[in-house]
Amino acid sequence: MTDTSHTSTPPANPVKPTDGAFARFLKATELDTRMIGMIGALALIWIGFHVYGAVVNGYGAFLTPRNLWNLSVQTSSIGIMACGMVLVIVTRHIDLSVGSVLGFCAIIMGVVQVYLLPSILGLGHPLIWIIAVLCGVGLGALVGAFHGFLIAYGGIPSFIVSLGGLLVWRGAGFLVARGETISPVDSTFALLGGGPYGAIGYTGSWILGLVGCLGVIAGLLYGRRQRIQFEFPLRPVWADAFLGLLGCGAIIGAVLLVNAYPWPRGIVRQYAEANGIEMPEGGLFISHGFAIPVLILVAVALIMTVVMNRTRFGRYVFAIGGNPEAAKLAGINTKMMTIKIFSIMGFLAGLSAVVASARLNSATNALGELDELYVIAAAVIGGTSLAGGVGTIFGAVLGALVMQSLQTGMVLIGFDAAIQRIVVGGVLVLAVWLDILYRGKSK
Amino acid sequence: MSNTGTPLVEMRDISISFGGIKAVDHVSVDLYPGEVVGLLGHNGAGKSTLIKCLSGAYSMDSGEIYVNGEKATINNPRDARHYNIETIYQTLALADNLDAASNLFLGRELVTPLGFVDDARMEAETRKIMHRLNPNFKKFADPVSALSGGQRQSVAIARAVYFNAKILIMDEPTAALGPQETKMVSELVQELKRQGLGIFLISHDIHDVMELCDRVSVMKNGQLVGTERVADVTDDEILGMIILGKRPERAA
Repeated sequence: MTDTSHTSTPPANPVKPTDGAFARFLKATELDTRMIGMIGALALIWIGFHVYGAVVNGYGAFLTPRNLWNLSVQTSSIGIMACGMVLVIVTRHIDLSVGSVLGFCAIIMGVVQVYLLPSILGLGHPLIWIIAVLCGVGLGALVGAFHGFLIAYGGIPSFIVSLGGLLVWRGAGFLVARGETISPVDSTFALLGGGPYGAIGYTGSWILGLVGCLGVIAGLLYGRRQRIQFEFPLRPVWADAFLGLLGCGAIIGAVLLVNAYPWPRGIVRQYAEANGIEMPEGGLFISHGFAIPVLILVAVALIMTVVMNRTRFGRYVFAIGGNPEAAKLAGINTKMMTIKIFSIMGFLAGLSAVVASARLNSATNALGELDELYVIAAAVIGGTSLAGGVGTIFGAVLGALVMQSLQTGMVLIGFDAAIQRIVVGGVLVLAVWLDILYRGKSK
Repeated sequence: MSNTGTPLVEMRDISISFGGIKAVDHVSVDLYPGEVVGLLGHNGAGKSTLIKCLSGAYSMDSGEIYVNGEKATINNPRDARHYNIETIYQTLALADNLDAASNLFLGRELVTPLGFVDDARMEAETRKIMHRLNPNFKKFADPVSALSGGQRQSVAIARAVYFNAKILIMDEPTAALGPQETKMVSELVQELKRQGLGIFLISHDIHDVMELCDRVSVMKNGQLVGTERVADVTDDEILGMIILGKRPERAA
């Protein structure tokens, strides 16, 4: 069946004469208006807090390298879990247990690296952190798979299974550590939580940034080649060029930002003394660069995006969310999918436990409390529909950043915890309402 | 047509019950290559349930299925696909949030050598088959929720046809269609028949059946009333089978 009539295929989004300049621009670049809206909202929040601080308190602290660097680190833990929550919510489930699973994994990792391994391998052994991390993520994945099994084969609603999990794993963590805080963690392990030493520095950040830019360009070129090969409508060259510049610009901007935040003076002095460096006049400027937990988040988000958009597994996640019955009739093993999805969620909760406990340099029983709500809120603010079938990883990460920006911002301008909760809760409801309005209109 | 030789599908003595109610009660039907067999009956007569045992959506309680004379084990939709049995469900069974290509290849995605889904190739294949089935179809990038009833139907049909079905099950294929699209389905059925497929056509529209089918099997209250060659019976006789459960009396 050869068919040559495709050569004159009209563009997927034909430009109508009535379209304004902005509509033309959106159609040419194929950018998601919803995503642009979210980025706009985020920018508004950032600028708002900065200006409020500058006007009311006389000092705008938000848009400083220091604050934004810290913000990125604080977002990591929630952001990592939000990536998994997208899968869970897209398939019409919910997981209320992630905060408790995080706490439980952190306690177990604490026990492994502080009490168990040093007595076997010796204190500071280079394998300790690796084994501890593997225990944490492995345990998280197992707990998640167990939840998934109960949901898929036991027929128990995920709300109930994970509500039970929320109580069970918090209690289990308390029992294991008898409520004590386990500290300090292995020194290499602690780097995974960020801090001056837990960042990749000036040169490393530039190298990574350039690799990222090459990735963006390669992706755009590959997309063009695919479209040409299958005779699909192409984006105009200027639109592709714009997207490339936008992507590379964002990456290079991030590199400049993290490199503009120097180590604190005390740490620099320690470092100089330890390495026998003469302190020059006016002190040394040593850049932080990207923090390791942020890189973990970026890696998780990239991998999960590929999984969701480019693998059969991801396709089935969306299919189950769109129509579970159809997915089953198409021969998809939906029960096994549920187990896998919850197992991934558990794995990511374990990974978040690594980041969170490393950042605190200790494993406490309260670690991750209320995280489940922030994670769900991040996913939902990021456009994941609780009705299932719709959601993006990038949106969820952006949602986590919005949540964390609100909290950080309110701390910076001196609002107390009560008001923080009121605002965060209000924003969640508002965001979902706006989303419903938007979706209603775009249909 | 002489129905001799090995039937394409033979369902023998199928029974399935839900909570004590016998939805299908010892029913046997068969289907030969190049033949269209209509399954008729009221709502709740058990026709869809019977056919879901063949498509793998339900597991029958007792009975046997033979495909090409060999005993077949069908426990889930994957097994049915393995025997080249494709089904167009009454509900269409489409994932509304996915586009036409993703639905067409759902469960059987084309992948690149690296194991990633090959969306571009799947869309190109979808464009080809849709060009044949429904040349007016243009909405390849939209989720199928944005399509009209007829367009959705053509996606569901394309899915069954694309994978070289030998046995096609169509559950009320024209229930939601306008006259134009109904005609399209009729033409398609004729073409597939010429290609030697066997088709089970479930319908409660007797005119559909008289026009398209070679034989009809009528069900009532989960039981088979009888199977007749369309050429041998009148509309009224078939109506009698459906409503009264009475086999036509015939001078042999």
